[in-house]
Amino acid sequence: MTATPTLCPALLFESTPSRLVSLSGVDLAIIALYFVAVLGIGFYLKRYTKTGEDFFLAGREMTAWVAGLSFLAANLGALEMMGWAASAYQYGILATHWYWIGAIPAMLFLGLVMMPFYYISKTHSVPGYLKLRFGESSRVLAAICFGLMTVLMSGINMYSMALVMKVVLGWDINFSIWVSSITVALYVFLGGLLSAIFNEVLQFVLIWLGALLISIIGLIEAGGWSGVVTRIHQNFPAQDFTHLWRTLGSFSDNPMGIHWVGIVFGLGWVTSFGYWTTDFLVVQRVLAAKDVRAAKMAPIIGAGFKMLVPFIVILPGLLGLALLPEHLVGEDLAAATGQHSYNEVLPIMLARYCGPGLLGLGITALMAGFMSGMAGNVSAFATVWTYDIYRPFFRKEAPDAHYVSVGRWCTMLGVLVSIGTAYFVMQFHSIMDYVQALFSFFIAPLFGTVLLGMLWRRATPAGGFWGLLSGTGAAIGLWAWVKIDPAALRYVALSDQARDMAENMYRALWSWIACVLVTVVVSYLTRPKPAAELTGLVYGHAELPSEGHLALYQRPAFWACVVGAVFFVLNIIFW
Amino acid sequence: MHRPGMVSIWFFVGALLLVYGILILGAGLYELSAPPERPVVLANLHAGIWWGGLLIVLGAIYLLRFSPRKR
Repeated sequence: MTATPTLCPALLFESTPSRLVSLSGVDLAIIALYFVAVLGIGFYLKRYTKTGEDFFLAGREMTAWVAGLSFLAANLGALEMMGWAASAYQYGILATHWYWIGAIPAMLFLGLVMMPFYYISKTHSVPGYLKLRFGESSRVLAAICFGLMTVLMSGINMYSMALVMKVVLGWDINFSIWVSSITVALYVFLGGLLSAIFNEVLQFVLIWLGALLISIIGLIEAGGWSGVVTRIHQNFPAQDFTHLWRTLGSFSDNPMGIHWVGIVFGLGWVTSFGYWTTDFLVVQRVLAAKDVRAAKMAPIIGAGFKMLVPFIVILPGLLGLALLPEHLVGEDLAAATGQHSYNEVLPIMLARYCGPGLLGLGITALMAGFMSGMAGNVSAFATVWTYDIYRPFFRKEAPDAHYVSVGRWCTMLGVLVSIGTAYFVMQFHSIMDYVQALFSFFIAPLFGTVLLGMLWRRATPAGGFWGLLSGTGAAIGLWAWVKIDPAALRYVALSDQARDMAENMYRALWSWIACVLVTVVVSYLTRPKPAAELTGLVYGHAELPSEGHLALYQRPAFWACVVGAVFFVLNIIFW
Repeated sequence: MHRPGMVSIWFFVGALLLVYGILILGAGLYELSAPPERPVVLANLHAGIWWGGLLIVLGAIYLLRFSPRKR
């Protein structure tokens, strides 16, 4: 998803018999060099990874730039790129919402409002913050859900990536799964979060340089953006694929079957804020920043780059709509007729423009995306397991080196479980839908709990726990209701024409509302924590470092305003 | 990262970009001298040559700027 944590449903495809591209010797050399580089960085950084702070939080020494780029790269997986390029072909420019309103406000909010509390509380993780604010029960619930979801999502991503490699390059699925996962496991095992962050910065650069060329040459071929729009309207006169907001007044006016209320409140508020501000996979990168100012700047820098990502992800999908002589189709139809599916639009465009060398760089970009996403999952899993499950329940007092060792072996365990999940998914494809739903169950209510915890001093431990549990229960209940009775969609998503994505958005909104309501009611019925126990955890009880001595251009709020202004202008331009 | 002796991540980035640039530029020049039977769309732009050149320049800048010897 994100743009959000969504594993794009469009990508969950069966393999097709033929491969899209063939690699030359120079392409293979580029891919091999990439593997050498990421492993070399892992081995190099092992000597700098001695303490728990080094392994789990990269020593809390990252500059704002490194933390910001890593923060974004952990989210910018290969499935993200392939999936949202496919969604752009399927839904047009509407897919951009997942990068703009579905990310930018939340990232700015994280930087300006929430990050100071995470940072000065000195927590190692988001469940760790819940322990400080609401107590052990909330932490356990959050940690178990997060750990489980993380390895499952990692496995599903791994399997989907192996399928992509099979379809695009004709590689054996087992080869792709084992080589890529062992590589990630090795470099995270050796250097922990430090190694993961270093490699994510490298991967971020490669993703951009590998994918950017498609958009540049595509725009030249189409005759600029106006040429793209004209050609899309010529090729698909019955649909509007080129406006962000104009078609969202009615469920039936746009190819996604969604209303602006779902985009603004379901995606832009609950899902987006839930993912970007409480998913430890991304928050962990910012916790590694060297000081509070860097921790505030990192998400803002990430937001600046996030706004540009549609240029390398959404635009190739739109260029496919404008320029490809054949119309790409859905996966079922593609399997039946032998046509190409829209899932393949990114590699098709890559093969269209990139000769030897550039093709290898583009494939390396996809692999880099996959590995950065997987390393994010694995390093976050190792931290949450070690600090929020192993330490409180198995061994409370142990030398720091012991926890580093546990973290290292958790990394291997996480990868092995992910591989097991990948093979499980291979046998039972429908599990993908369920895990996708499971992931969404947890994120929206967690956002409600953390938000109230940070901003409302009256929220009590009982309120936090029961709110989180109720929100999760509400999401599961709504999901099950629609599964049992599809007609319930008209109540859950406010329209029987709503598609899967629209249903996800509304379900997230209801579960967040349930979480907030229950938290407020239970909090008023139970005794709050004494003010002394809230120091550094809640707005009004935390001493945040003053930025009054900084020049305007050094202040995070200034850059947040700049990013916010560009975000606003972009939405107007593509309205 | 400011640990004594630790090489900056940007140095690694520069090294990889430089090597990639040389490989891609080389492949582009080879294609110029021996055009493939089935060229890519807009092959006349010779994207490999200028993109490879760009990577070399970026890689060289990062290598020099973040060289461990410079500290």
